[in-house]
Amino acid sequence: MAETMHQDFDPLATGGTRRRLTSKGIVYTLLAVFALVYTAPLVIILLNTVRPLDDIVRTGFIALPDAETMSLKYWAEAWGTFCIGGTCEGVSRFYKNSLMMTIPATILSTVFGLLNGYILSKWRFRYDGWVFGVITLGVFLPQQMTLLPWAFVLGKLGLSNTIAGLVFVHTVQGISFTTLFCRNYFVSIPDDLIKAARIDGAGFWRIFYKIILPLSPPILIVTVIWQFTGIWNEFLFGTIFTSGANQPITSAIVAFSGSGTGERHYNVEAAAVIMAALPPLFIYVAGGKYFVRGLTQGAVK
Amino acid sequence: MSSLTIKDLRKSYGNVEVLTDINLEADSGEFVALVGPSGCGKSTLLAMIAGLESVTSGEIRIEDRLVNTDAPKDRDIAMVFQSYALYPTMTVRENMTFGMECRHVPKAEQKEVVDRVAALLQIEPLLKRKPSQLSGGQRQRVAMGRALVRDPKLFLFDEPLSNLDAKLRIEMRSEIKKLHQRVGKTTVYVTHDQVEAMTLASRIAVMFKGVLQQYDTPKEIYERPRNKFVAGFMGSPTMNFLDAKVVARDGGFGVTIDGGDGTVLPLPADRAVGLSAGQPVIFGVRPEHFSPVHVAREAVHGSDPVTVKVLVDMVEPTGSETILMTTLAGQEVVASVEPDDAPNEGESIELAINMAKVCLFDPKTELRL
Repeated sequence: MAETMHQDFDPLATGGTRRRLTSKGIVYTLLAVFALVYTAPLVIILLNTVRPLDDIVRTGFIALPDAETMSLKYWAEAWGTFCIGGTCEGVSRFYKNSLMMTIPATILSTVFGLLNGYILSKWRFRYDGWVFGVITLGVFLPQQMTLLPWAFVLGKLGLSNTIAGLVFVHTVQGISFTTLFCRNYFVSIPDDLIKAARIDGAGFWRIFYKIILPLSPPILIVTVIWQFTGIWNEFLFGTIFTSGANQPITSAIVAFSGSGTGERHYNVEAAAVIMAALPPLFIYVAGGKYFVRGLTQGAVK
Repeated sequence: MSSLTIKDLRKSYGNVEVLTDINLEADSGEFVALVGPSGCGKSTLLAMIAGLESVTSGEIRIEDRLVNTDAPKDRDIAMVFQSYALYPTMTVRENMTFGMECRHVPKAEQKEVVDRVAALLQIEPLLKRKPSQLSGGQRQRVAMGRALVRDPKLFLFDEPLSNLDAKLRIEMRSEIKKLHQRVGKTTVYVTHDQVEAMTLASRIAVMFKGVLQQYDTPKEIYERPRNKFVAGFMGSPTMNFLDAKVVARDGGFGVTIDGGDGTVLPLPADRAVGLSAGQPVIFGVRPEHFSPVHVAREAVHGSDPVTVKVLVDMVEPTGSETILMTTLAGQEVVASVEPDDAPNEGESIELAINMAKVCLFDPKTELRL
C-alpha cells in the first residue's frame, strides 16, 4: 500500500496574513475561554487540597494557597488517618475496595463481551438477532429499575454487602455494553477468514485465540476503558448494596460530609475527591486516543 | 476413478430452492469449472462441497466416501477464496503453517513443506511479511500456497482471480493451469468468466438459476451447446440469435431468416436432423463464423459460401479482430472479422456464414435441435 502524504485541511490557512491572524486570534481566544471554564473546578479543588482549613474558612474556596501555610499533609490525612464513620483509616481501605471491585468486573465483563460478540457475529444460529437484542436491551434500562431485582438476587446468593456481590452486578450489567461493542466490531471481520480457518481444521476456540483475538486490540481498549471508568465511577449500586467497610470509594466519600464532628474538612475532602478521580483519569489519558480510534475503525483495513 | 461425485444434490433456504438436482462427477486429476452468471448457485455448490453449507438432500462423495455431514476439516480439501482470506495478523509463513498446526504436523515437516511450496510458487522472499504488505498478485500466490501445503484430495477455487487487474489475471490464469498440470490434483474452480472456464477446465459445468445446464468438455460446450442459454453465455462476443424458419430444399433442409428476402441458407446434413418444413427456429451463429465474402474464407470453411447481405451500423476495432455491429433482415447481428477486412460504417456488405458451425434452437424450449 502506497504511503500517502496526509495534510490536514486547515480552513484558516487561506487569505491574507492579516485576515489569517485575526481569524486565528478569535479561534484561540474562544478556545482558551472554554478551556478555562472546564478546568476551573479541577484547579480550584486541587488548590484547596494544600490549604489549611482556617485559610479556606477565612478566604473562601476560590483563592490561591498561601506559600507559608500550604502543605501536602491533608493528602496523607485523607489517605490514611482521617476518621470516617468512627474508623480512622482514611479512604485507603475504600480505595482498595474499589480496585477489588473494578478490576475483576472489568476483566470478566470484557471476556464475556468478547465471547458473546464472537458467537453472535461468527457462529450465527437461529434467532441470534433476538438474543443480541435482549442482551443489548440492558444498555437502555435505567439503573434504578434494576435495583430491586438485584437486591433480591444478591440476597438469595448471600452476596449482600460484599465486594463479590458488586463484582457480580457490574459484570452482568456490563455485558450489555461489551457485547454490543464487540459484536459490532467483529461483524467487520470477513467471514471468509473463519471459513478458511475451519477448512484448515481450526475449531471454535482456536479461531477465537488465533484469529479473532489478535484482531481485537482496538475494541479491547474501548471496552476496558469504558468498563473501568464506568464501574469505578458508579455510585448507586455501591451505596445501595454495600455499607460500612465494604463500600467502594465513590460511596464512601459521601460519608465524609456527615462524619460526626459536624466540622467539614474541606481540604481533606478535596484531596480524597481528587484521589478518587485519578484512576479513571489516568486510564482515559493513557488510552484516550486508542479509545476514539477503536470506536471508529474497522477490524481489517 | 472418480474423485468427486455429486448426486441429485439440492439446496434450499426455507422455500427458496437455490440448487436443483445437481449431478456431476469429476475424474481423478480433472479440472472442473463451475461457470454461470452471479446468483446461479455455483458458489453455493462449492461451499457445499467444502462443507461450509449444509446439504438439503442428495449426496456428495469425495473419493467414494459420503461426506454430506462431515466437517470441512475432515473432507481433506483445500480452498482458495476470492478475498484470499489470509489471516491478517499472521506472517505468510504462519498463514501457510496454520492448517498444519491444527493437524499437529511436526515442526520439521511443516518447515520442509512450506519451503517446498514457497519455492514452487516463488514466494520465498515473502515468508516473513504480513498480508497487508503484499500486492494483490502476491496475496493470490500466498493463498494458493496455503492450499498447496495441505496436499488434499480436492482443490476448491472460489473466483480466485476476480480481484486482480486484467493483465495480472491472465498471468495468474496460466500459472494456475501450469500448477494444475504439475500437481495433478482434482480441482473445482468457480468463475463467472467464461474465458477462464474455457482456458482452464477439462470439463465445464454451466449453471443457471440453480440448475446444471450442461456438463461437458470446453470444445463440446462451445460447439454443441445444449440450449440457448449455454450458447449465449459461452463465447464473446455472444452468439447471434436470429428468428428463422425451416424450409425444405432439394434433398435436405435450409433456413430463411424472418423479415429477409427469402434467401435459403442450406443446412449441412448433420445439422438438419429431425426438422420439418415451416418449423420456426432460432438460428444461432457465432460472430467469428461470419467472414466477408471477398476474403473467400471458403478455402478454410469448404466450398460454395453461403452469403447474407448486411448493413454495417458500427465498427469496433479491438486490435486483434474487428467487431461489426450489423443489421441483417431487420435483426441485429454481431460479426467479428480480421481488422484488414473490416468495412466502413454505413456500408452494405456480403458476409459468408460457416454453415457447418451454426446451431438451431427451438423457440419454445430453447433446446438445441
